[in-house]
Amino acid sequence: MAYNWNWQVFLQPSATGEGTYLAWLFEGLKWTVTLSLTAWIIALVVGSVIGVLRTVPNRWLGLIAASYVEVFRNIPLLVQLFIWYFVLPELLPGEMGNTFKQMNPLAQQFFSAMVCLGLFTAARVAEQVRAGINSLPRGQKNAGLAMGFTLAQCYRHVLLPMAYRIIVPPLTSEFLNIFKNSAVATTIGLIELSRQAQHLVDFTAQPYEAFIAVTLLYLLINVTVMFLMRRLEKRVQVPGFVGGK
Amino acid sequence: MYEFDWSSIPGAIPLLLKGMAITLEVTLTAIFVGIVWGTLLAVARLGRSRVLAFLATAYVNLFRSVPLVMVILWFYLIVPQGLKAIFGQNIGDIRLTSALVAFALFEAAYYSEIIRAGIQSVAKGQVAAGLALGLTPGQTMRLIVLPQAFRNMLPLLLTQGIILFQDTSLVYVIGLSDFFGTSYKIGDRDGRLVELLLFAGAVYFVICFSVSRVVKRLQARFSQ
Repeated sequence: MAYNWNWQVFLQPSATGEGTYLAWLFEGLKWTVTLSLTAWIIALVVGSVIGVLRTVPNRWLGLIAASYVEVFRNIPLLVQLFIWYFVLPELLPGEMGNTFKQMNPLAQQFFSAMVCLGLFTAARVAEQVRAGINSLPRGQKNAGLAMGFTLAQCYRHVLLPMAYRIIVPPLTSEFLNIFKNSAVATTIGLIELSRQAQHLVDFTAQPYEAFIAVTLLYLLINVTVMFLMRRLEKRVQVPGFVGGK
Repeated sequence: MYEFDWSSIPGAIPLLLKGMAITLEVTLTAIFVGIVWGTLLAVARLGRSRVLAFLATAYVNLFRSVPLVMVILWFYLIVPQGLKAIFGQNIGDIRLTSALVAFALFEAAYYSEIIRAGIQSVAKGQVAAGLALGLTPGQTMRLIVLPQAFRNMLPLLLTQGIILFQDTSLVYVIGLSDFFGTSYKIGDRDGRLVELLLFAGAVYFVICFSVSRVVKRLQARFSQ
């Protein structure tokens, strides 16, 4: 098999005339990172709320939170994404659906992917938050309540600050997952990294260079995230809780 | 307001079942090959050979840091080249083959992590006892450690199977008509994408939710 390697392809001006093919890669990287980070914020906020609800002493709230987790965990990410992107705009009442469909396509793709990825990951974050809270000795909550804290204050000042510090390691792997899962957005046409890999194949006919470059960029994201999270982990580690678990 | 029309689903059942057969074929192959290959990787990582341990670690870390979508696309690029080199130009539709290879090799990385933890969960004394009885290290691993390890990790292996079952929907990126791909195509054809996508989501939910309940029961029974 004779394959003509040509790494200079990235420096050639792109077919659209704007910049080089290398610029396409960075465009993809930019969208992958933006999508993952914004989705991660949603995941942390929603996941924390759902996780807390699963531990409060109220059956109905617990049931609602548990249903959320089951629904988002048992439907494939791709199906969820298509439901957000294709189904929801049809079902939105009145003008809202039309307003969405008239937005710029990139904005439509981005918002659907962001909400989808955020709420999908939230279910996983919720499980970690719940596990973190449950791993604390019961005495902590009782002590808080005995000191005269309301239940909400108890969560705010006693349980959550400890729980978050304990669950940094599992959250790291969820954080890594969100970057990997963001590649699913390629299916609705968002120009993130893996989409750009396919574009490069179509336009340059140098598939190996394009795929290797994109794979390396994913590895780079991985290593960076891991490095930053390790540092965070060290800083917030709770003495006495080995490895956090 | 949107008006639902579910009428295109009953007629599509045979096609959807065909799609489901592909989904299951990919899932089951990946589970089987993934566990066998994953066990070898795990044993290599824990074994005495430094070179093998390094190679296995590199394999696992590489596959675990790349998105599944990229892995599927990679194999869709490589597998046809390989098959052409062996069988010549007439290789027909290779989407299924490349999906099978991609999922099997990808899942092996994840399974190997579960299996490695399972092997490490077996008490050290078991190995010592095996060796003291005169078994070779290989026999100890095969006859004493692995059976106990697999028992401990059965729930985790099954849970990974559920995740894998959901992930197979990503073969959409190479245009293979699995259950999801078929649902999408029918919805697109009949202009009833809303109904078909909701239906597909419901089917996945029912299957995954039921199996995860079974796994939970199993877990409860095992931990007694």
